[in-house]
Amino acid sequence: MPKLQELQDLTVQVRRDILRMVHKVNSGHPGGSLGCTEFIVALYNEIMELKDKFEMNGKGEDLFFLSNGHISPVFYSVLARKGYFPIKELNTFRLIDSRLQGHPTTHEGLPGVRIASGSLGQGMSVALGAAQAKKLNKDSKLVYTLHGDGELQEGQNWEAIMYAAGKKVDNIIATIDYNGQQIDGATEDVLPMGDLKKKFEAFGWDVLDIKEGNDLEAILKGMKEAKSRTGKGKPVCVLLHTVMGHGVDFMMYTHAWHGKAPNDEQLATALAQNPETLGDY
Amino acid sequence: MKKYIDQGKNDTRSGFGAGLAELGRTNPNVVALCADLVGSLKMEKFIEENPERFFQIGIAEANMMGIAAGLTIGGKIPFTGTFANFSTGRVYDQIRQSIAYSDKNVKICASHAGVTLGEDGATHQILEDLGLMKMLPGMTVINTCDYNQTKAATIAIAEHHGPVYLRFGRPKVANFTPVDQKFEIGKAVMLSEGTDVTIVATGHLVWEALIAAENLEKQGISAEVINIHTIKPLDGEAVLKSVKKTGCIVTAEEHNYLGGLGESISGFLATTLPTPQEFVATKDTFGESGTPEQLMDKYGLNNKAIVNAVVSVLKRK
Repeated sequence: MPKLQELQDLTVQVRRDILRMVHKVNSGHPGGSLGCTEFIVALYNEIMELKDKFEMNGKGEDLFFLSNGHISPVFYSVLARKGYFPIKELNTFRLIDSRLQGHPTTHEGLPGVRIASGSLGQGMSVALGAAQAKKLNKDSKLVYTLHGDGELQEGQNWEAIMYAAGKKVDNIIATIDYNGQQIDGATEDVLPMGDLKKKFEAFGWDVLDIKEGNDLEAILKGMKEAKSRTGKGKPVCVLLHTVMGHGVDFMMYTHAWHGKAPNDEQLATALAQNPETLGDY
Repeated sequence: MKKYIDQGKNDTRSGFGAGLAELGRTNPNVVALCADLVGSLKMEKFIEENPERFFQIGIAEANMMGIAAGLTIGGKIPFTGTFANFSTGRVYDQIRQSIAYSDKNVKICASHAGVTLGEDGATHQILEDLGLMKMLPGMTVINTCDYNQTKAATIAIAEHHGPVYLRFGRPKVANFTPVDQKFEIGKAVMLSEGTDVTIVATGHLVWEALIAAENLEKQGISAEVINIHTIKPLDGEAVLKSVKKTGCIVTAEEHNYLGGLGESISGFLATTLPTPQEFVATKDTFGESGTPEQLMDKYGLNNKAIVNAVVSVLKRK
């Protein structure tokens, strides 16, 4: 089990990767990536049970599906630093002929990715299929997902949410990145979604909150609790309360950095707030 | 010309149901999904014999496509079943991203295609589905002509790795292709050789093409009839070989002329051997309520329309 300090060091390094990746190509989505850094780091390095070598079928290991594919920078950085592909390859993010497409895809054969995502609202359905295949295969491992909160405005999610509870798909933990922001502003202003917890519960899910979604200890504790609630006839939802842009003061509490890269000066400021820990790529 | 005998009218969707049931017995990885149309898709036998491998999704086609994509990750071969309209246009982006772009081994099985759906009218009669599906990179597109061929195609696509769109229909039609035929994806079937004109048909129009050829023979016109069940990948070689002999071609399909089989063939011939062509297809219109026979007649999708198209194209040789 990695010590908390090791996870914290990795988190800071992943933040640096995210910032440097989007800065280099002057595009990409740093806000949501930074907000989910602790979660994805914890997921891949502590929470999920993973095999050493990537296989598409994922038999006998936990699976993760990133539905909000635009936060690919954090996904790619964590995958690379977990050993799925060379860390140096982060240098090719969004460049021509790269396996690191703007949004994740299986098309270029990047290890660690099992489905294309980016067009929002599709990940939960895919995860439910994978979860049901696990049941057919008598595979007791779990399926994890991450969705943006704004993404829940896509109707397909609610088809999937209804199905998961109705069909008792209880080997899935769907996490919502509850940062309250989307491209055009606060979700509350763009399209108020009401009480998400009550909505999931009304659909028949077991829901828990992780109030400090940028605190590693809170995430580890919350996800351990979520895992203990699987296998009991209900799908499990985690409302992960995060701050978009976390770890870079001028990117926090705003939707402004949803899909905007920092300039040279802003990058220097942001990196200074996240000093190198494990070595830049 | 070669004679074909109707072994007894049957619906192509029942061919799908029979093929799926057989797959249930022979291939443990095959699973089936349906969006509340089990009876229409004739999936009962598979479900009865393999209840644990059937997923009733409810009226939620987008979710169905995503779940199918996910099931492939665990090594399953999912067959989705709903009407053609809800198998394509309704879920285009789900198919595009989660299935086609992600190269998932999903078989999208679509019944009630075209105007022969009949009385329900245009909301349910899709005439654009072949075009939608053939434009997706990596998608195999098949439109079968009778019960036997649909059964054979259903069994064959389970052995093909990659996304497939299999289109069939509602009404009982002539069943004239061999029982237990071997179905070869991407391979045109020569039904009757001729010398004056090539008629290439797909789906329900294949039987009509045979009737048309018989009638043409009485007028002294020798028509070559080819059944193209696979729209993509297109068997261009078979078409080319035929038109080199006949010098003109009529394409026939229960689909809009934009985006269908005829368009694929004209595109192919334009770059290989430009050939006079007439289209038997709907002319950029929606369907309407009516019996299948009335609609096929009104929209110019029967043997009479094929004969007229042959007469026109012969003048352009």
